[in-house]
Amino acid sequence: MAEGTHVPIRKYLVVWLWLFILSALAYFIDVVHVPQPWKPILLVVVALMKAGMIMAVFMHLGYERLSLIYAVVAPLLFLVVMTIAFLPEGGAILGSHALVAP
Amino acid sequence: MATAVANLAQEFQEYTLRSPFRASWQKVMMWVFIVVDALTFGSLLVSYGFTRVSIGTWANPAHVFALHIGGKEIPLLLIAIMTFILVSSSGTMALAVANAYERNKKRTVLFLTLTMLLGLTFVGCQVYEWSHLIAHGTRPWWNPYGPPQFGAYFFTLTGFHGLHVLSGVIYLAIVARMVARGTLDRRGSYQLVEIAGLYWHFVDLIWVFIFTMFYLF
Repeated sequence: MAEGTHVPIRKYLVVWLWLFILSALAYFIDVVHVPQPWKPILLVVVALMKAGMIMAVFMHLGYERLSLIYAVVAPLLFLVVMTIAFLPEGGAILGSHALVAP
Repeated sequence: MATAVANLAQEFQEYTLRSPFRASWQKVMMWVFIVVDALTFGSLLVSYGFTRVSIGTWANPAHVFALHIGGKEIPLLLIAIMTFILVSSSGTMALAVANAYERNKKRTVLFLTLTMLLGLTFVGCQVYEWSHLIAHGTRPWWNPYGPPQFGAYFFTLTGFHGLHVLSGVIYLAIVARMVARGTLDRRGSYQLVEIAGLYWHFVDLIWVFIFTMFYLF
């Protein structure tokens, strides 16, 4: 077994730069008041891009065996299921309050 | 016959010792921890989202976390600085790992120390943020900015994350001490630095989502 995963330093620096750019972009999306349906979509896309870069390069997941990648990513899909299951439920509760309110 | 059995036994042993992930058990265990911790943070964030959607109103984080400079209110400035610090620390951590694989002891310790200092600065900013909000009356059950749940989730999410950063600093201090003392040279492997790096990058990864979901939404 090789001692570890060797990622070229250049690649680290490129990802580092991108993380700064995307963080600044997320901040500006908030500051310039992007209209409603687009703001959360853009923010989630930027966050997922940052997460993907950190996991693939900084955490070397892109250099690991496919079995390890599956073992890590598959359980996280559960969070997508939870989001889809619970956020509309929250909306339904808000709706039921509106019916009761005078 | 006896040699055939011995060969088979050895082959079997080699086969069972081989990791299906082609990674050391130390690394696999860190990944197991990270997945579990990610699900914990994810559940907290989903619960926050559920609560926020079901209440319908929320505090305006851009206003709550603004800094006043020269009489002007700059929205979320402290959070932007904290994000900048944490992303910087992820970069220095990556450089520490890269230097560890070149067995450059001095530079590994240097970059680990830089990472720790940036981590402590982050926690320092958080202490400032907490004391600022607490001074204005924010409690887990009440706050002057919005529904009471805003305070509850603020303390839970940022507190849980801040504790992770603080634990990470202690973890890195232990690893840096081992590098400096030559413990890893004697072991013949610097993989411990890479595994510590996994934890540190994970803490940065969590911040990406707290920053997005709690502060920017």
